[in-house]
Amino acid sequence: MSNPYIILPIIFQLFTAILLMFFWTQKNIQKAISVALSVVTLGISVWLMTIVLKNGIYVTQAGSWEAPFGITFIADPLSALMVLLTSIAGLAVSIFSVGSVRNARVRFGYFPIFHFLLMGLNGAFLTGDIFNLYVWFEIIIISSFVLITLGGEKAQIEGSIKYVTMNLLASAIFLTAIAILYGLVGSLNMADLSLKVAKLENRGLVNVTAILFFVGFGIKSAVFPLHFWLPASYHTPPTAISAIFGGLLTKVGVYALLRVFTLIFVPDEFMVSLISWVAGLTILTGCIGALIQNNIRKVFSYLIVGHIGYMIAGLGMFTEAALIGTVFYLIHDIIVKTNLFMVSGLIFKIKGTFSMRNLGGFYKEYPKLSLLMAIPIFSLVGIPPLSGFWAKLFWVESGFEIGNFMLVAFIISGSFLTLFVMAKLWSEVFWKDGDKLPKKINVKYFWELKPIKRVAMVFPIVFLSLISLYIGLGADHIIQLSTIIGKQLMDTTPYIEAVLGPITELQP
Amino acid sequence: MELLLVIIIGLLYAAGIYMMLRRSLVKLIIGLILLGNGANLLIFLLGRIVKGKPPIIDDASYVLSEIYADPVPQALILTAIVISFGLQAFAIILIKRAYKVVKTDDLDEMNATDEDL
Repeated sequence: MSNPYIILPIIFQLFTAILLMFFWTQKNIQKAISVALSVVTLGISVWLMTIVLKNGIYVTQAGSWEAPFGITFIADPLSALMVLLTSIAGLAVSIFSVGSVRNARVRFGYFPIFHFLLMGLNGAFLTGDIFNLYVWFEIIIISSFVLITLGGEKAQIEGSIKYVTMNLLASAIFLTAIAILYGLVGSLNMADLSLKVAKLENRGLVNVTAILFFVGFGIKSAVFPLHFWLPASYHTPPTAISAIFGGLLTKVGVYALLRVFTLIFVPDEFMVSLISWVAGLTILTGCIGALIQNNIRKVFSYLIVGHIGYMIAGLGMFTEAALIGTVFYLIHDIIVKTNLFMVSGLIFKIKGTFSMRNLGGFYKEYPKLSLLMAIPIFSLVGIPPLSGFWAKLFWVESGFEIGNFMLVAFIISGSFLTLFVMAKLWSEVFWKDGDKLPKKINVKYFWELKPIKRVAMVFPIVFLSLISLYIGLGADHIIQLSTIIGKQLMDTTPYIEAVLGPITELQP
Repeated sequence: MELLLVIIIGLLYAAGIYMMLRRSLVKLIIGLILLGNGANLLIFLLGRIVKGKPPIIDDASYVLSEIYADPVPQALILTAIVISFGLQAFAIILIKRAYKVVKTDDLDEMNATDEDL
């Protein structure tokens, strides 16, 4: 079905960002606008999700240029879901920013750039054109570059050098892959590519292109052995920025991998084994890396890497059940990782440090907050019936089904390692007796903040924890949704037909 | 012409990656720029180079009947050039800033991010 309003999530974020720029110096107005319009965006995303689930895939052709010649925007259930998750995480981080981001950063355009970033994310999820995807990726990275360097502290600058270099390299590789693909088939529309790439004789070159795409997206989603930039940079910016990065940016890479490797390059035996090995090693390196870290934000950064491995593992098994698991985990992971970085920000505001060695006694001093923080922490581990558990069930089941025991072993050991890491974090930060920490001068502590700012820091954690609980306890609904998406990832005919019209007409 | 372009692209990629592997910040950025230019030329090359055949349909027909110069790769390159221009400008300012803050341009000395708090 054609409906031009499906690009509303993109346009509305652009509008928000531009509106915010008119209030460059008035920080309170900026905060109010950002939160209020994030709520509206959430409404738009919910609307998009409901109409897509009710009526099927929506498509719009930019400038009425028929596909495959123009740029296609497409809202299939996966895209709509990603837009919805972006809006949820965006709203939570926007509220959290009101409380936690310093005024100096707000004065240098924190909020407008934050909304440009969300616009880029929505664009990447909704586009149906591979070169347009590249352009949205560039919008995402340039916004994230500004956010990660905003403030210009020493660690931030050093972290961002690594971040910027790897992302520019990934873009160059992605562009190379697009160039070769265009040379092979002469098309950029993803649905059209899907049909044309399948017919190509020159499988060797197709595989090379596939690997270039895998490397390009692999750097962005931080898979082994391309993940080193992530733990070196994600702990340097303010926690609100880490939260949106940790929750969403690597997941765009995962989304792109899911899209490209189900639609354009259906993995053959070689790709499946490559993806499986990469996934397994990603799980292991991420979780083991998290074991030895002392900074809580670094622990979470390494866990991002480990858990990206899970999602890639679902792609590596390439069965419907595994992809259902991947989609379920994607939903869980975006919510819980965003939440965990905000938790680390709250701990920092209260105690003035991220170091596990110095932290302690949190449970004794703040029992209610600790119980709240326990929800995301234990959801991440996947203690049944919390949200991280259900996806693993799908993977283990389909791993046994297709006889990929290696991945099952990696997934289960990754789970154990995550459990160990989180148990260590819990006992170090919450249960261990804490010493009185010396007061830092340049840190504004939680209890010195205005009440509204304190609410703004706690409310998003409550909000996302409730969603996490819903994902875990109402897993039934989420599994239904993931099943719809998983089916469409395995059978891409509806996607292609939505863009190009009935396939029988195209192939007489 | 194609052969010349192939050699230039190969050289640009090789030089770009070689420069990126050096320890100096400035060389890192030069490497990234060379790599980006290599990718742009690659799109140009793979769009099939045709000389003197603009994609214009004459009055008598509705579709292009002969081989023509594909305008899409040029549009892609133009977009990519503009984007990489912005990113490179940002990266250059960033290394300037990094040099001021860290007071070195040796990448091996930039390990504040690995410090244990």
